Amino acid sequence: MVVAPLDRKLLRDLWRLRGQALAIALIVASGVAVLVMSLSAMQALDDSSEAYYERFGFAEVFGSLKRAPERVGRRIADLEGVQVVDLRVVRFAVLDMPELQEPVIGRLVSLPDRGPPLLNRLALAAGRLPDLARSDEVVVAEPFAEAHDLHPGDRFGALLNGRRRSLEVVGIALSPEFVYAIGPGTLMPDPQHYGVLWMRHRTLAAAFDLEGAFNDVALTLYPGVAPKAVLPAVDDILEPFGGVGAYARKDQISHWFLANEIEQLETLARILPTIFLLVAAFLTNMVLARLVFMERAEIGLLKAFGYGNGVVVWHYAKMVIALSLLGLVIGWGAGFWLGYWLTNVYSQMFRFPELVFQPSIDIYAISLAVSVGASLIGVVSAARYAGGLPPAEAMRPAQPPVFRHGAWSGPRLLDWIDQPTRIILRQVFRKPLRSLLTSLGLAASVGLLVVSMQWLDALDYMVEQYFHDQQREDMTLAFADPQPEKVTREAAELPGVLAVEPARSALVRFLHGHREHRGALTGIAPDSALTVLTDADGRAVRVPAEGLLLSDVLADKLAVTPGDVVQVRMLEGRRREISVPVSAVFESVIGTPAYVSLAALNRALEEHRTVNVLQLVIDEGEQAALYQRLRGLASIGSVTLKRAATDMFDETIGETMLVMVSFYLAFACTMAFGMVYNNLRIALSERGRELATLRVLGFRPGEISYMLFGEAALLVLPGLPVGCLLGWALAQLMAASFATELFRVPVVIEPSTYGLAVVIALAAMVPSVLLVQGRLTRLDLIAVLKTRE
Amino acid sequence: MRGMMACTVMGTHDAGRPATLSGRGLTKVYHTGTVEIHALRGVDVELYDGELNVLVGPSGSGKSTLLNILGGLDRPTEGEVLFRGKPLGEREADITRFRREHVGFVFQFYNLIASLTAEENVALVTEIADHPLRPRDALALVGLGERLRAFPAELSGGEQQRVAIARAIAKQPELLLCDEPTGALDSTTGVMVLRAIDQVNRELGTTTALITHNRSIEGMADRVLRFADGRIVEVVENAERCSPEELSW
Repeated sequence: MVVAPLDRKLLRDLWRLRGQALAIALIVASGVAVLVMSLSAMQALDDSSEAYYERFGFAEVFGSLKRAPERVGRRIADLEGVQVVDLRVVRFAVLDMPELQEPVIGRLVSLPDRGPPLLNRLALAAGRLPDLARSDEVVVAEPFAEAHDLHPGDRFGALLNGRRRSLEVVGIALSPEFVYAIGPGTLMPDPQHYGVLWMRHRTLAAAFDLEGAFNDVALTLYPGVAPKAVLPAVDDILEPFGGVGAYARKDQISHWFLANEIEQLETLARILPTIFLLVAAFLTNMVLARLVFMERAEIGLLKAFGYGNGVVVWHYAKMVIALSLLGLVIGWGAGFWLGYWLTNVYSQMFRFPELVFQPSIDIYAISLAVSVGASLIGVVSAARYAGGLPPAEAMRPAQPPVFRHGAWSGPRLLDWIDQPTRIILRQVFRKPLRSLLTSLGLAASVGLLVVSMQWLDALDYMVEQYFHDQQREDMTLAFADPQPEKVTREAAELPGVLAVEPARSALVRFLHGHREHRGALTGIAPDSALTVLTDADGRAVRVPAEGLLLSDVLADKLAVTPGDVVQVRMLEGRRREISVPVSAVFESVIGTPAYVSLAALNRALEEHRTVNVLQLVIDEGEQAALYQRLRGLASIGSVTLKRAATDMFDETIGETMLVMVSFYLAFACTMAFGMVYNNLRIALSERGRELATLRVLGFRPGEISYMLFGEAALLVLPGLPVGCLLGWALAQLMAASFATELFRVPVVIEPSTYGLAVVIALAAMVPSVLLVQGRLTRLDLIAVLKTRE
Repeated sequence: MRGMMACTVMGTHDAGRPATLSGRGLTKVYHTGTVEIHALRGVDVELYDGELNVLVGPSGSGKSTLLNILGGLDRPTEGEVLFRGKPLGEREADITRFRREHVGFVFQFYNLIASLTAEENVALVTEIADHPLRPRDALALVGLGERLRAFPAELSGGEQQRVAIARAIAKQPELLLCDEPTGALDSTTGVMVLRAIDQVNRELGTTTALITHNRSIEGMADRVLRFADGRIVEVVENAERCSPEELSW
């Protein structure tokens, strides 16, 4: 194969510029890696869930109610647009897992008496479905089985509606309904303390006195029918039976988390690669501009020989394409590996029968297009310069660069500045755009460092604020049904209980104008010591005797401020609707909580002093005894241990975050290094002659280093605070795009994070300084001075 | 040629005078790939105090190599350089100090700092020198007292070269080494540059060595060193120096 002379020149140029080319390629690679990682993990989740939902009949509409006779299901099935209806019994139970002291909560879901369910079918990993004739057989969710080492044939105890039962595991399965299986009041799957169990309808109904009835419904719709069209009719049918409002798949908790994760990956794929590729484009431009300038004689010669402008421009464009292809290939490799890793992490949280990681060709094509495209942006101005050079002009030596008499040449300002410093200042201000972009590029790397490390700060803050500042209980007991207030006193008598506060949580619909929100309203004692809320200024906010306390997210959603009146429709009891003024708004990072006084909520529900939630402060020393007693309490629907929740949070999210953050740190450092290295190399190339001159004049190596690195420092220094600011802004942008009703990662950046980001960025620059310093010491004085620039 | 013939008297070499700089047995061998190039083949040379020496010879005859070695820009393969009778030493720091304190260089390509004005280019050197001239005085000496605030891009080639000379002599060095200072200039401009060098040599007594391809310039020298094939083949002493105005080419 014959390589054209120009292509041979291209290869040699690339080899000569290998350090700089590699630095740029690595920045392209970082961008591509994040892109491929996010898109491939996103695709794995998206494709796997879609296939799973399709194959196992994930329902499109869900509803729960107190109790309705089975014939009511017929009316739902008759609704226009409804395809399949699955009537179920769903209840909670306290499980007795022998190896665990603390109570474990099981969510019991009924299967039809014969065969598999019509909807939300189980993907059996082992065993079989329960036999209708055997009332003690259950299928358990796979993560729960793994956490407790359960296999078909194993038995464990459970308290079903007050009756102790021994259940036999006959199957282990997954369900599209519980891809992300979280217990009541928690955010993370905790298979140690929470699991889903399936039993035959007749068995479960009998255990909970729901024979011939159902308390949960799932349905699918005919293609093209929007859930919105069906929901009101379903609500109308279920309301007399204690329906608390049907909801579409998009609000189903497991699906919601999954969809949210996919959305976050999409945001990630948009924001971060853009930054990397823009920086790479800028560096490409800088390097190429210098190369074209130095090669203007060759360019003139080529043109004199009759090569067209197109050939010259294409020659340099090819060089950039080669460079981004190198970055692309590295990025593909790293991105594939990262995507695989991330998908593996997801497979611990999101449970699919099969989580397929198989990045499609599209992902590679997209990353190819954006990385090469972005680099070519960097070619435009240099190519224009090369194309515009007339052959004769190109072959004349360059005139000394023109410096104008401006602020930096006036005598007064400069009297106290020595000549080397003047050189630095004039260089920087002679090309203000390049200087600005260099500073911004460095700022981008500092910004990336800040934004990646702030995730750890934000997570700490979230845990601190939600789990420690606002919720000061150690344990939350939720009852399946409202209880008389005296359970508070009874709970206080339990061993190890130091304090108890009652609460009543009710499902309501908040209405304000045309805005509405369906969610929980919690009644607590005005003098609650365990629920401590603060407003945006950090001032404590108390629950008033009359009036509503809304979380900031909910207030925003309803567009209300303190003083406005909100309609609150109870979705329980006699479904009264009351008007309540908003007395204050408090900060919240998780959920959309709303509080009123316990008495006011009891009145609205027309109940006499009832509670359904107890918050406990416990003595860890007597935990065992307390747990023992709780296992025997029939009325308990769920037990949430704060420590288990925070541990889980730290373990799963914290660890994953740490790994992610370290990758981003590596990418940001690559950027800082590449930025400074290219800047110094170009400065050395532009300034080599001057620096050699100064050495000849008797300047010491240290003194000329000052001129080279002083200029870099002048560009780096403003980049540091700007980078911190950029990090803050990026954090705001990310937080805003990641914010959901369920939780919002706050923008919390500790001062030390800024400091650390700056130190890391500076440390990443050190190798580039050392590499260039080496070249500076080897500067060939004679060769430089004897040649024309 | 007319000027040179008119004012040159051939003389002989006097070894009794004090030398600013001496080279002893200087040899320089470059290795390029498998080829060895003997740029200098055992040169002995003396630059006497206050003398203006012109080095002539064909390309590759070793003039520039010798000048670079004498000025501490390059090291000889063998032999040594003595400044006022003392060896320059081996350490980079010593050689840098030698250049900083005692030597001024002028090159064919002026090598001015583009971002500094004429005055600042000179100040660059005076700031690090012990007993410098004032930059404006150094520029006045080369006839540029009026162009202090001009940037290099605003100066003609001859003016840029004179700034380079002012910069080289502003620290009042004992030695001024000029490598083809008029190589890139036309005759009229070249003469102005030579006048500046001549004036510095006469007024400040700076020992000067000047490389040229241009034999017309030989007339302004005290001594002419002729190079061929890495050796000094002839030393011609002018009994009387021409003034640069009398030269032309």
